[in-house]
Amino acid sequence: MNAPLVAFEDISIAFDGRTLLDQISMTIDAGEIVTLIGPNGSGKSTLIRTLLGLQTATSGKLTRDKNLRIGYMPQKLHIDSTLPLTVKHFLGLVRGVNKADILPTLERLGIAHLISSQVHVLSGGETQRLLLARALLNQPNLLVLDEPVQGVDVNGQIELYNLIENIRNELGCGVLMVSHDLHLVMAKTDTVVCINQHVCCSGSPQHVTEHPAYQALFGVPGSESIAIYAHQHDHVHAEDGHVVSDPQQHKPHQHSASCNH
Amino acid sequence: MLDFLLKALVGGIGVASVAGPLGAFVVWRRMAYFGDTLAHSALLGVALGFLFDINMNLAIIVLCVGLALVLVTLQKKHIIATDTLLGILAHSSLSLGLVAVSFLDNIRIDLMTYLFGDLLAISSNDILWIYGGGFVVISLLVMFWKPLLAMTVNEELAKVEGYPVEAIRLLLMLLVALVIAVAMKIVGVLLITSLMIIPAATARKLSHTPVQMATIASMLGCIAICGGLWASYQWDTPTGPSVVVCATFLFLMAYSLPLKRLIAHK
Repeated sequence: MNAPLVAFEDISIAFDGRTLLDQISMTIDAGEIVTLIGPNGSGKSTLIRTLLGLQTATSGKLTRDKNLRIGYMPQKLHIDSTLPLTVKHFLGLVRGVNKADILPTLERLGIAHLISSQVHVLSGGETQRLLLARALLNQPNLLVLDEPVQGVDVNGQIELYNLIENIRNELGCGVLMVSHDLHLVMAKTDTVVCINQHVCCSGSPQHVTEHPAYQALFGVPGSESIAIYAHQHDHVHAEDGHVVSDPQQHKPHQHSASCNH
Repeated sequence: MLDFLLKALVGGIGVASVAGPLGAFVVWRRMAYFGDTLAHSALLGVALGFLFDINMNLAIIVLCVGLALVLVTLQKKHIIATDTLLGILAHSSLSLGLVAVSFLDNIRIDLMTYLFGDLLAISSNDILWIYGGGFVVISLLVMFWKPLLAMTVNEELAKVEGYPVEAIRLLLMLLVALVIAVAMKIVGVLLITSLMIIPAATARKLSHTPVQMATIASMLGCIAICGGLWASYQWDTPTGPSVVVCATFLFLMAYSLPLKRLIAHK
């Protein structure tokens, strides 16, 4: 077994007397998808920032592989509207990027048609793909994704997760992903680490969802207070997008005593 | 008779060309107040130059660069909010400058010249400083364009990708300081920032990429200089303010006329 790409050993961070992280230990191996879950303020982002070298740990040891190259996808991208910037120019900013790689990467992520668009006009899903493209262009062996499906609808989320899994399979890179919507993530993940300042529990998705510490934080699976809104459309869309009545559903209005006309 | 006009034109164009791209960064990174602070402190540089009898341009450059370094250091310590810090530094250094100037009994300094600039009093020596300084600034900008832009777009991404973000940020501050020091004679302490910001803001409307915006800002700055000089010659108006008025006029035109971006999608 090779040494892990990254190993945290008893990493603690305290700031102004407040403990943000408490003795976190975990590893990420090449080709492994690790998902970090935890409630708001549990230190997920702090842990990621430590790994990226944007924050120094108060104590503990962080070991990175000598050849570690991180592709980082931040939670969101804010670019001042006074800065005119196309997708192509944004990706050209990657340090040491080969300009010839930009188009194939965009094609891979299905946003090649946006290459000359201004970054300010992209939708939520397009922006997430753009950020993923930037992470990939850094030729990473570890992808660090901070809430990669933020602001993306459910179908888009599934697509993005599939894409991330395919990329992992193709590049054999490790993936560290932060998420708070765990149900969608679970299927693709090798290891789930549930943190709330300290590591509550970790292991396979199956193992974690059954763990009492996880259930205390997120509730017992299947008993969520969110109900799914199941509904049926009474019309379908034709290929050009216009509404076509579904013949099976469509019934002419039946008059009855309750209708006042 | 036209010699002084020619010098003013050459000097002004030199300053405006450099102020354009730097101004773009000032706009992108919202550093306008930072520029103002440096400019205000330049007057203290003038006073110190007289006091110690050293080259005026050198004194201003040293002071601006020094202040930029002080700012970076204080900013890191997070003692107070940056805009408050800038406000304190800007006005205390301006006041210190004015107080220091009042002690110089034996030398008469025309304060108006330093506050509002005197493009027409530009000397051959000044032109040398403008083009020497301008050359340094532009070369550094070209050399470090990509890291500068990467940092401006997103500091964290740039840092993760291995750009030396701290050093680049310092470089940008020093470049702004240098431009302000050199440009101060032209439009004066109170108007320098406008020569950086207004052409850049105008260029935003016309450009599609960062490079375009920087280049167009330079050109618009040059037009403002020419227009201001012409107006000043024609109607005997103060040169510095005339240049700024002209730049503002261009800004209003760009945003009120239905202009397309000059260079289309590629």
